[in-house]
Amino acid sequence: MLELVVFSSLNGVLYGMLLFLLASGLTLIFSMMGVLNFAHASFYMLGAYFGFQISRYIGFWPGLVVAPLLVGVIGALVERYGLRTVHKHGHVAELLFTFGLAFIVEELVQMVWGKIPVDYRIPGALNFSAFTLFDTTFPAYRMFMLLMSIGIFLGLLVLLTRTRVGLIIQAALTHPNIVGTLGHNVPLVFMMVFGVGCGLAALAGVIAGPALVTQPAMAASLGPILFVVVVVGGLGSLSGAFVASLLIGLIQTFAVALNISLADVMAHLGVTLTRESFGGDLWMATVAQVAPIIPYLLLVLVLIFRPHGLMGNRDT
Amino acid sequence: MLEVRDLHAFYGKSHILQGVDFRVGKGEIVSLLGRNGVGRSTTIKAIMGDVERRGSIQFKGREIGGLKPHQVAHCGLGYVPENRDIFPGLTVRENLILGMKSNQPGGRWSMEDMFTLFPRLRERADTAGGVLSGGEQQMLTICRTLMGDPDLVMIDEPTEGLAPKIVELVAGLFKEIRNRGVSILLVEQKLAIALDISERLYVMGHGRIVFEGAPRDVRENAAMRKEWLEV
Ligand SMILES: Nc1ncnc2c1ncn2[C@@H]1O[C@H](COP(=O)(O)OP(=O)(O)O)[C@@H](O)[C@H]1O
Ligand SMILES: [Mg+2]
Repeated sequence: MLELVVFSSLNGVLYGMLLFLLASGLTLIFSMMGVLNFAHASFYMLGAYFGFQISRYIGFWPGLVVAPLLVGVIGALVERYGLRTVHKHGHVAELLFTFGLAFIVEELVQMVWGKIPVDYRIPGALNFSAFTLFDTTFPAYRMFMLLMSIGIFLGLLVLLTRTRVGLIIQAALTHPNIVGTLGHNVPLVFMMVFGVGCGLAALAGVIAGPALVTQPAMAASLGPILFVVVVVGGLGSLSGAFVASLLIGLIQTFAVALNISLADVMAHLGVTLTRESFGGDLWMATVAQVAPIIPYLLLVLVLIFRPHGLMGNRDT
Repeated sequence: MLEVRDLHAFYGKSHILQGVDFRVGKGEIVSLLGRNGVGRSTTIKAIMGDVERRGSIQFKGREIGGLKPHQVAHCGLGYVPENRDIFPGLTVRENLILGMKSNQPGGRWSMEDMFTLFPRLRERADTAGGVLSGGEQQMLTICRTLMGDPDLVMIDEPTEGLAPKIVELVAGLFKEIRNRGVSILLVEQKLAIALDISERLYVMGHGRIVFEGAPRDVRENAAMRKEWLEV
């Protein structure tokens, strides 16, 4: 039991921090544009593929730096020459633009790297186990992912709250016109935020790529979870996105590890349920089996009971 | 210093300013008067480049009519918006830092000057701007713009809704601003204050300047006041 708690907690925090690498950028970009960027997870996928490609030529570590930079530049260009023009035609146009972009990226990735997963490997230097507890080992690479994402989180926190640029960003999200009249180049700031947000997503892709599966469907499968995170946290709220990322990371990881069904719970209460009872398989399904829908259940509940999310305060 | 000629401004299809002409000299305090809705705020916003505009705006001999707001600010024009639009989530100190155009201190005003002028701001330096009183927020809005060291500052309705004591403080600040060689373009509802501190005044009506003169001219012209100012 202790073993399950320790490992699920570590994995849950890790998954949550990775989600936050994406959710933080998505939240900042949402505050700026006023619409959700459907292509955000595509930049995560591009990060993984770029990282993979670079790792084949010059190794994993250069890819860790170069791939996010490249994707960040691509993101900045998309903002400057795509979104900024589309923005003039309203939110619906923007939304459709990001939607289209997500499909284009997926198609391009398939054309260049094929439909099957690529062989993105963990770097040799980290291919050992960090520690063993009750016969279960925790891989060093997972430890690296955890420390890396925590480090970036702290860096982001310092940047946003302790530096002049961070203050300009914070103020520009809510009062862009006034920040402009004080002499700050708000469009440039927004382009940089968009680029950095995409770069962070790419970084998550580079470090998650070798541990998970690098394939063309990875953006489409992560995207919905990401939206759950930012909506549950409260659209536009960074602290909300942080709490929701960890929450969903932990819930998902623990759920997968639990082999309890409703029938088991009812048995404790003295009620016997079998497959033949009314409801059938519903009683027999274990928590692990329904794990994938738990985030969406949370989304629905939050939308009903706390429409602004856990920490949000803005209308959409 | 500032010379505006035939300025037109638009919100979408509505044509708000229909040829505004006026000028502000170096070290001068000039007031822009008029009833609500005549286009005083729009005039200031048009100069800053915050609304769509046409016409000529010369500042320090340079045409700035095509510049973006942040570029206009870098030319040395300061803007204090109406409604005390501080950044509510940031502290007083952070609000002041955002007024600065670069990391380097310098220019006419330091943060220490602001705290000396308004000890109340020093006491609340690390408090979020959003919880300050209306008067404190007004001080902060003006000080924030001054931190950018403008050569001319345009201030929109600074005394609206403030207690008489605070109004006095604000009027005192205007004199301090002039003493440091900064010109002021003031949009003010309270005629008494405008007449007291301005060198010249303009009166607006229906998107145009309808009267120009010294404080004495305004005092003596009851017919003009009745037509364009009194409610
Ligand atoms: N954002 C806006 N969109 C459309 N019309 C506006 C906007 N702001 C002001 N107006 C209109 O422009 C006119 C001038 O407004 P304004 O410059 O704020 O007047 P003042 O500051 O003299 O009270 C008013 O008729 C007002 O209704
Ligand atoms: Mg006004």
